[in-house]
Amino acid sequence: MPIQDNHFALFGLPTQFAVDERALEEAYKRVQGQTHPDRFAAATAAERRVAMQWAARANEAFQTLRSPLRRAAYLCELNGAPIEAESNTAMPGAFLAQQMQWRELLDEARASADRVRLQELDDELAAVRTATLAQLESGLDQARDFRAASALVRQLMFIEKFGDELSAVAETTAAGAG
Amino acid sequence: MAAAPHEHRLVVGIDLGTTNSLVATIRHGLPEVLVDEAARPLLPSIVRYRADGVVEVGQDAQQHQATDPRNTIVSVKRFMGRGVKDVEHVENLPYDFVDAPGMLQLRTAAGVKSPIEVSAEILRVLYRRAGAALGGDLVGAVITVPAYFDDAQRQATRDAARLAGINVLRLLNEPTAAAVAYGLDTAAEGIYAVYDLGGGTFDISILKLTKGVFEVLATGGDSALGGDDFDHRLYCWALEQADLSLLPPEDVSLLTIKARAAKEALSSRSNAILQARLAGGKWINLTIGADAFAAMTQHLVQKTLEATRKALRDARLKASDVQGVVLVGGATRMPHVRRAVGDLFGREPLTDIDPDKVVALGAAMQANLLAGNRAPGDDWLLLDVIPLSLGLETMGGLAEKVIARNSTIPIVRAQEFTTFKDGQTAMAIHVVQGERELVRDCRSLARFELRGIPPMPAGAARIRVTFQVDADGLLSVTARESTTGVEAAVTVKPSYGLSDDEVARLLRESMGAADSDMRERALREQQVDAKRLLDAVRIALAADPDLLNDEERAEIDARVHDVEQHVDGSNADAMHDAVEGLSRATDEFAARRMDRSIRAALSGRRVDELTK
Repeated sequence: MPIQDNHFALFGLPTQFAVDERALEEAYKRVQGQTHPDRFAAATAAERRVAMQWAARANEAFQTLRSPLRRAAYLCELNGAPIEAESNTAMPGAFLAQQMQWRELLDEARASADRVRLQELDDELAAVRTATLAQLESGLDQARDFRAASALVRQLMFIEKFGDELSAVAETTAAGAG
Repeated sequence: MAAAPHEHRLVVGIDLGTTNSLVATIRHGLPEVLVDEAARPLLPSIVRYRADGVVEVGQDAQQHQATDPRNTIVSVKRFMGRGVKDVEHVENLPYDFVDAPGMLQLRTAAGVKSPIEVSAEILRVLYRRAGAALGGDLVGAVITVPAYFDDAQRQATRDAARLAGINVLRLLNEPTAAAVAYGLDTAAEGIYAVYDLGGGTFDISILKLTKGVFEVLATGGDSALGGDDFDHRLYCWALEQADLSLLPPEDVSLLTIKARAAKEALSSRSNAILQARLAGGKWINLTIGADAFAAMTQHLVQKTLEATRKALRDARLKASDVQGVVLVGGATRMPHVRRAVGDLFGREPLTDIDPDKVVALGAAMQANLLAGNRAPGDDWLLLDVIPLSLGLETMGGLAEKVIARNSTIPIVRAQEFTTFKDGQTAMAIHVVQGERELVRDCRSLARFELRGIPPMPAGAARIRVTFQVDADGLLSVTARESTTGVEAAVTVKPSYGLSDDEVARLLRESMGAADSDMRERALREQQVDAKRLLDAVRIALAADPDLLNDEERAEIDARVHDVEQHVDGSNADAMHDAVEGLSRATDEFAARRMDRSIRAALSGRRVDELTK
C-alpha cells in the first residue's frame, strides 16, 4: 500500500507547491500523534524502533514541506530535476548583477551602521522573494517546468542566505545603537 | 509486544538539579512532590564520601560542606560529561580532580568517583524515597536535563540513572517539563517562553502551545551559567573587600556558603550581611546592597538575555509575539533577573507555580503519560528539539553540519562522503557538536573508523553516514559503504566515561550485602516479565498470523515452547536465555505489526481492511 510514498501523501495533501499551511500543520500533528515514540515508551525495543523511524520520517516531511524553499526543491527532485546547488552554479546575468549590487549595499550599510538603508534593503529582498515564490508556484503547479523551477530554487537559496546575513547585520547594528 | 492490559503503573519524575533535586509523582490524579521523613521536598544535590565507606547524601552531606570540602561534592551536575579543562574557576574548587579521558573524576576518601557515580547516589535516594512513599515497585522515571545539555551530558545523566537501577522512560528537557506543568495547569495556548535559570545551567525555550500539543520552536542557553556564578561573583567581591587571596579549601567552602546566603537574603531585602570566621581566626564582616549586587552580576544576566534573543531569532519571532514568560529555577528569585526578563518581553513574568518544583511536577506528568496511565484522547504530544548542531569533520578541520540545531526530534539524516585516495580502504569519522565552523571549536563526541571499504579509485566509494537522534536527544551514528555490494558498516553510540561492563560492575558492587534478597526479587520479576511476554506473543500470533512465513512461525513456536518450559522454574539463567531467544525471534514480527498498525492509523482504515 504505497500511500506514504512521498511527503505530500504522508500528510494526505496534493503533490503541488501551493500548500494549505494550516492543513499541513494539522496533518503533521495527527501523524505525530500516531507515531511519536512517547506513544510507545512502554513497548518493546522493536516497536520503539519502528515508532522512532516513523516519527523521524514525519519530522523530515514536515520540515521539508513547511519551508517554501525546501518544498520547491523537493518537488523538483521528485520530478527529475534535482537542484544540485554545489555543482550547478550558473545564474542568469541579471540576477548575478543584482546579487553584486545587494552585496555592495549591505557592505556600505554595515560600515555606516545605517539602519534605514538596511531596512530598505530588507524590504527589497522581501519583495524579490515574494515575486520568486509566485514564479515558482506557477512554474511548478501550472507550467510544470521543473528544470526552470530548479533554477529559480537556486536563486531563492541565495536570497534566503543573503537574508540571514542581512538580519545578522541588522541585529548587531541595532544592538550597537541600543 | 503489545502493552499489557491497563493497570496503573507507578512512575516518577525526577529533577536532578545542580543545587537541589526533587522527585514527584501523580497521586489520585494530581501531581505532587514527594517529601522525605522530615517533610522536606528538596534534596540538596550534595554527596559526601566518608573514609569508612559510608555515603551521605543531601542535608546529611550538606552539614559537612565547610568542614570536609574535599569529600563533599556539591554541584556535581557541572562536571557531567566534562573534562577538567571545561570547568570554569577550577582553581577555586576544593576537589582533587583526576583528568580521565572523556570525563573528569574526583578523588575522595572512598576512592576515585566519576560524576556519574556521584549523581547516581542522589538519584538512588530519591528513587528509594518514591518507592517507600508509593508502596510498590516503580516501573521507571522521567529524568530531566537542561535543554542545552549536549550529547555527552545527556549520556552521562542516563548512565547515572542506569547505575542507580532506574529504568529511564525518557530524558526530558527541563523547560519543556515546566511548560507541560504550566500548560496543563492553565490550559494556556499560544507562544510561551520558559526562562530557566538554575544553580548551574541556563535554558531558554520558546514553545508553541496548541490544544494537546507542546511544540518547542527553539531553545538556547548556557550549560555552565547559573546561580552558582552569582554566588561566585559575590565570593570574589568578598575576597577583594577583605583583602584576601588564596584560601584553604575549608574557607573557600565556608565563604561560598555565606555568599549564597547573602544572595538569597537580597531577594527579599535591600541589604545583606556576609559574616564568617575563617580557619585562621580572621573575621569577615561585610554588608552588601541589592543595587551593588545587581551591578556586579549584570554581565551574567546580560548573557542570559543574549541567549534569549538568539532563541527568539531562531524561532523567527519577536519578544512581543510571546504571550507569557514562565520563570523556572531558584535563581529566578533574584529581583534584578526578574526585572531584566520582564523588560525584555515587556510583560510581567509568570511565577504561579513554585519555580523550584515546576520541573519535577512536569516530569511526573510526562512519566504518567509515558507509562500509559492516561486514557487516549486525554493525553498530549511533546515535540522537542535538539539544542546544538551535529556534524562531521571534513577536510581542513572544518565542521560540516548534518543536523541543524532546533531540529525536531526524533530525527534521522544521512550525508554522503567519498574517498579521496586511490585504493583507500578505511575512512576516519569524527562526530562533533556545536555551532562553530572549526572542528576545534566544537565538542568532539566520537571518533571511529569505517574499515573494509573495497579498493576503488578516489571518489568512487559512496560512504553514507547516518545520524540518528532519538526522543531522548541521544545520538547514534552509522557509516556504511555499499557501492560494491560488499558492505562495510559501523554504528557508534558515543560513550563517555562508563562502558556497559563498568555499569554492570558498579551495580553489582552497590547491591553487595542484600545479594540474596535481590536475587529472589529478580527471579520473581523475571517470571512476571516472561509471562507477560508469552501472553503478548500469543495475542500477536492470533491477530497477525499473515505477517509470518512458515519458517518464521515455526521458529517462534519453538521459542514459545522454550519459555513455557522454564517460566515456573527457579533457574534464572535458563529463563533469561529462553526469554532473550523469544524476544529475538519476535523482534522482526513486532516491527512488522507496528508498521502495519501505524500505516492503518495514518490511512484511517481498519487493519482488517488492509489485509485484504
